[in-house]
Amino acid sequence: MNRTSRASGMINAPYTTWAMIFIIAPLVMVVYYAFTDRTGKFTFSNIISLNSYLETFLRSILFALIATIICLLIAYPFAYILSKSRANLQRNIILLVMIPMWMNFLIRTYSWITILSNNGIINHFLSHFGIGPLRLINTSGAVILGMVYNFLPYMILPIYSIMSRLDNKLVEAAADLGASSSQVLRKVIFPLSLPGVISGITMVFVPSVSTFYISQKLGGGKMLLIGDSIETQFQSAYNYNLGASLSLVLMVLIIICMAVMNKFADNEGELII
Amino acid sequence: MKISSKIYMSLIMLFLYAPIIVMIVFSFNSSNSTGVMAGFSTKWYGELLNSSSILNALRNTIVLALCSSVISVVIGTTAAVGIFVLKHKWLRSSILTVTNIPMMNPDIVTGVSMMLLFVFVGQMLGMREVLGFGTLLIAHITFNLPYVILSVLPKLRQTDPHLAEAAQDLGCTPFKAFFKVVLPSITTGIVTGFIMAFTLSLDDFIISYFTSGPEYQTLPILIFSMTKRRVTPDIYALSTLIFVVILVLLLVMNITQSRAENKTKKVRTKEGY
Repeated sequence: MNRTSRASGMINAPYTTWAMIFIIAPLVMVVYYAFTDRTGKFTFSNIISLNSYLETFLRSILFALIATIICLLIAYPFAYILSKSRANLQRNIILLVMIPMWMNFLIRTYSWITILSNNGIINHFLSHFGIGPLRLINTSGAVILGMVYNFLPYMILPIYSIMSRLDNKLVEAAADLGASSSQVLRKVIFPLSLPGVISGITMVFVPSVSTFYISQKLGGGKMLLIGDSIETQFQSAYNYNLGASLSLVLMVLIIICMAVMNKFADNEGELII
Repeated sequence: MKISSKIYMSLIMLFLYAPIIVMIVFSFNSSNSTGVMAGFSTKWYGELLNSSSILNALRNTIVLALCSSVISVVIGTTAAVGIFVLKHKWLRSSILTVTNIPMMNPDIVTGVSMMLLFVFVGQMLGMREVLGFGTLLIAHITFNLPYVILSVLPKLRQTDPHLAEAAQDLGCTPFKAFFKVVLPSITTGIVTGFIMAFTLSLDDFIISYFTSGPEYQTLPILIFSMTKRRVTPDIYALSTLIFVVILVLLLVMNITQSRAENKTKKVRTKEGY
């Protein structure tokens, strides 16, 4: 007994050491930097100066929420229709949904400038009908579009993965017992697909609320988000202490959101894909 | 599929692929604009092969992805076995919680927190420039590890524990029993973990952005600094090539997979199932 426990300790040692140094310690550093000044003295001034970032925080949360809702509204019917189609088609479409995820997101986001700009493809098309030019780029709509575009696959895949494994007999049973098709959707399919929905919501919300490239490129630098503020502090203002306190608040915000979401989910935090 | 469903699916696909189509079209632009199409030319593909900074970054990216995915597969598989044999329930669930942190945390927070650790340690050691290939490698291994662990762990749970015991009863050392019996049955999990780690590492921008130094640039970082200035179509040409490579790889994988499936189907019908 003693020998096996020593063996399991030995096999666990490399990873636990790694995790302590490179997962736990960095988070401790964030807290340390957030509560100290440049000289390393304890201070609350970083946290207090976060007051001026309140608007940025609220904007990030609002944009991320809207993007998540739009993703859900698009992805749910998509996943549902897909799960009902031929097996061969399902596999091909899932591949097509995944391919963009393997391509550099900076370039895909940058391409939207070509589509949305004042003399871009959409405005060029509309000008044939005497409409426009519409102001599409550098708007909050463009930033949200960028988020939806980049993170939509993260909503489609978990919902589809649940839907495709759904037991069709349950749907048939509900129909046999007299449920209308909308009742089947509301009372059988939706509750069963909830774990996929929850996993999709977190997978879209977290990157949306913390993004920094999308807002810079498609928002024209006017609609700054928390991610932009953090990036500025670390890459151009070099105020690591303020940057750390911004990151700390972002982290706490996300932990709260996850805790709320986990209340809805009864799966034990298992990754669904 | 109903016609309305078909239209819906096609529209979503158009949305997902619009920027990629734009990218491919403008990679053949004869002028250096990414906004207005002047004429057809393949000169940007030629420029690509002559651009030492792009080729250098491409090489750096592949070297980093290979190193980090190999190391994280070794550490991650050991860790998964360690977690699996751990008797202590509380200890096991806390290790799994810590493992989840890099996946759940927004990338920007992971990147920033590791940067703070590196800078802090660098200051203590009196190093002027701590960020470079080493820190980048550590960061990539850290965010790859959870994906490796979580793809190996389910395979371990599926293997029959009595097999390893039987091997030991027949005279294998525990070490030998692992390599002869357990390892072959978890190979698919290890391969999945490796592929995930490799592609994640290839594509990562946010964490690399905060943990890399000026002398080791990866492709996503180079692309970022290029999109800060005016983008020329050579980056689009590069992305088009990457797109084609991904597409070919996936098609080959898909075809071999469906061939294998057809074969098993045939065998089954022959056997009269």
